Amino acid sequence: MEVTLIINGNRFSVSAAPDEVLLDTLRKLGYKSVKRGCDSTSCGICNIHVDGKLVPSCAFLTVRADQKEITTLEGVQDKAKEIAAYVTAEGAEQCGFCSPGNLMTLISLFNENENPTMEEVKHYLAGNLCRCSGYEGQHRGIAKYLEVKKA
Amino acid sequence: MSVKKSIPKVDGLGLMLGKPAYTDDLAPRDALIVKVLRSPYAHAEITSIDVGLAKDIPEIKCALTHENVPDRVFTRAGQGYPEPSPYDARILDKTLRYIGDAVAIVAGITENAVDLAISKIKVEYKVLPAVINFENALDSNVLVHAQGDSSSMFPIGHDPSRNLAAQYSMQIGDMEETLKNCDVVHRSTFYTQAQAHAMTEPHAAVAYYDFQGRLTIISSTQTPFHVRRILAKNLDVPLSTIRVIKPRLGGGYGGKQAIHGEFFVALVTQVTKQPAKLVYSRKEVFRSTYTRHQMRIDIKAGAMKDGTLKAIDVDILSNTGAYGEHALTVLMVAGSKTLPLYNHVDAVAFRGDVVYTNLTPGGAFRGYGAVQGNFALESMMDELAGILEIDPVEFRRLNMIKEGETSKIFEVMGEGTEGTAMTVDSCKLDECLDLALKNLDWKNKYPRTVVDENRVRGVGFAIAMQGSGIPYIDMASAILKLNDDGFFNLLVGATDLGTGSDTILVQIAAETLGVSVDKIIVYSSDTDLTPFDTGAYASSTTYVSGHGVRIAAERMKEAIVDKANRFFGVDNATFDGKNIVAGDQTISLDEFSTSLYYSEQQEQLVSHGSYVGKKSPPPYMAGACEVEVDKRTGRIKVIEYFAAVDCGTPINPNLARIQVEGALLQGIGMTLYEEVKYTEDGHLFNDSFLRYKVPTRMEVGPMHVTFVDSYEPSGPYGAKSVGEIGIDTPPAAIANAIYNATGVRLRALPITSESLWRELNK
Ligand code: FES
Ligand code: FES
Repeated sequence: MEVTLIINGNRFSVSAAPDEVLLDTLRKLGYKSVKRGCDSTSCGICNIHVDGKLVPSCAFLTVRADQKEITTLEGVQDKAKEIAAYVTAEGAEQCGFCSPGNLMTLISLFNENENPTMEEVKHYLAGNLCRCSGYEGQHRGIAKYLEVKKA
Repeated sequence: MSVKKSIPKVDGLGLMLGKPAYTDDLAPRDALIVKVLRSPYAHAEITSIDVGLAKDIPEIKCALTHENVPDRVFTRAGQGYPEPSPYDARILDKTLRYIGDAVAIVAGITENAVDLAISKIKVEYKVLPAVINFENALDSNVLVHAQGDSSSMFPIGHDPSRNLAAQYSMQIGDMEETLKNCDVVHRSTFYTQAQAHAMTEPHAAVAYYDFQGRLTIISSTQTPFHVRRILAKNLDVPLSTIRVIKPRLGGGYGGKQAIHGEFFVALVTQVTKQPAKLVYSRKEVFRSTYTRHQMRIDIKAGAMKDGTLKAIDVDILSNTGAYGEHALTVLMVAGSKTLPLYNHVDAVAFRGDVVYTNLTPGGAFRGYGAVQGNFALESMMDELAGILEIDPVEFRRLNMIKEGETSKIFEVMGEGTEGTAMTVDSCKLDECLDLALKNLDWKNKYPRTVVDENRVRGVGFAIAMQGSGIPYIDMASAILKLNDDGFFNLLVGATDLGTGSDTILVQIAAETLGVSVDKIIVYSSDTDLTPFDTGAYASSTTYVSGHGVRIAAERMKEAIVDKANRFFGVDNATFDGKNIVAGDQTISLDEFSTSLYYSEQQEQLVSHGSYVGKKSPPPYMAGACEVEVDKRTGRIKVIEYFAAVDCGTPINPNLARIQVEGALLQGIGMTLYEEVKYTEDGHLFNDSFLRYKVPTRMEVGPMHVTFVDSYEPSGPYGAKSVGEIGIDTPPAAIANAIYNATGVRLRALPITSESLWRELNK
């Protein structure tokens, strides 16, 4: 099936199988920040934005994304860098495999709510697994980011 | 100063921003998709297999079975040579020994075609009776390896005719006599479960022939040099024809020490001459890689009324599943990295059987036996203190190891072989214990506080030790190269699996040279370009690879001074990291190095260092926690966890802290939530993140990690290891806290709400 995807502002015409998911389409197009951690929509690692909404790309059919605006981490590098600096300052990104999904989720949260509490942050990120860090370092980094942003 | 400094990871920002860095990101665009047909039976023999229909599909380029791959028996364990694990596995075997064992390999242009092809392979199986319960495995009339062609490189007690992958026993002192004279002898049995690594990046491997026809493997491995050796040997090609590259890894924790997909992609590329890639599905990661060894641990301990511990006797049954990867060594570490904690005893004995079953194999996993052993030992110490009516803290203080002491166990028990005698030159266990308890407010909280009529909180703790590499086995090396404009390339074999070891090694090089960290460009783990390293396991990287880097940097400094002396025509030039000074003459390293290559002397400066540990100084820690139990439901919540760690000098305190926090959470997961579960016919049924409970960020209260001031004289800049120790204390600390809260002693992991509820309602 021919679909038109608007990825990070660029239009792509691609042919996609009916059962193809965005995760695979995007990776094939070279958007390697989009990663697969599971096959049961339960890790958050593949998270992207479609029309401004946070979705797991492993469960979003490419044909359903026709004419939709898709944002991957490649499209929000500046914003991502701003947040990431606080996490790397804690050393909390270990293997880093969960990071792109975390960042896409955080950016989505900040789009909805500029000044969330840490409780709200944790709830929003609850579906994003990290096996390396124990989460604490991520939370320290995010808390500092929010503090500085508020100031 | 570059060490003892929390600089960000050199690769951190790039990874966070999603730059292509992992195995699948680096696969050639035209790589064939490789998939593996997996055994649906726990134990079966292939009586016939036909891939004709699969091969008829035009997109399919290759289908391989046990009939057309090299027939060699080896171990996938990914250890040094000769391996302490039995040679009991083939690339593809006619006999299938667990659900998920590899039956056939298919490669094709599209994933859909490969899936279709796999469904068209016709296999006839002769289903065999299976051994599922590991407590019935020894001397069962069903044999997992009945073929009799498995063997071991040296004596490890391997006896497939008894379902024994390995066996070990040792005794120091006279156990019988000592126990007879004890005032109290107590005995308990503990169970620990199979745990899944659940690293977020599934195992992946890529193969292709480069433009010179060399077989290049990109793999998410912790042991690139072992991969090259094992691949070459069993594919029967010279080592020189293979290059293994380890890119960034999405976590390992031991789960990527062994060989997984490497053979499959290599064979496909050999046959088709095309690039090939294999990315495990999450289900395959759960079913067809390996888990932590499940264990039953019997402990008998004897003590005097005054609280002197006299004897510890440990007997273990370990379940290695279908193949004996790390069978012997994980067993031994359960003793060798726990029992020296109580080094004053008169008698200590340790023995164990590692049995085969028809389940997913056991393998290396952070903690590596020590976490299983620690759960049993540290639960037992609380039990014994209770019987003696002695405060559990006092009991530890009285009996635990102290700085400057030794344990006979270091000498007797190594990993698969004899050990190495050593005194413990840095051991701040006493301070760790004080600090963890103080931070928890033990005095006021022990043993319990009542929240309301239904909820009660209890506190508990455990002490632990680990090692720093395997002495006289783990070897690491580094090469430093000076470039014009005064910066260095640091080439290391060491394998960064997300731990930050690249960064730590940069810090050590910078510290030794006196330069800033941005002058060191690190490249690691590429068998063509970097020097040898055994790999990232056994908590060896900071200690062993760190020394390799330090030595290389010291030699580089000497080489710079040597060239400077010639440059200035003096014999007393000095280098301070920025400038080279000789009398009143000064030249910056930038200028000097540029001149070195373009005009003067014109010789490349390269240095190397390699190191093999002569001891394995243990890091120590104390972990203390408060848990809340709801007596109505048995619900257990870890309110707070306090860890105090002696890892010598933390080269990068932030990275060390995250290592401990991450390990603590894996340990808490193991204690309360995680268990690889099988049905009666050997079906691993929690094979997804939906069913297998990896702790999320909502589960656990805050974890507080502190490092005590410590310096290990034998370590690089005083460092010991820190990667594994964090996982060891949660099982016993939490079990002890639950006991203190409720009076219920739970001796089987995981400790679920159900198991506690059942005991509370007995
Ligand atoms: S890959 Fe895990 S949620 Fe999409
Ligand atoms: S950093 Fe490895 S999974 Fe989060």
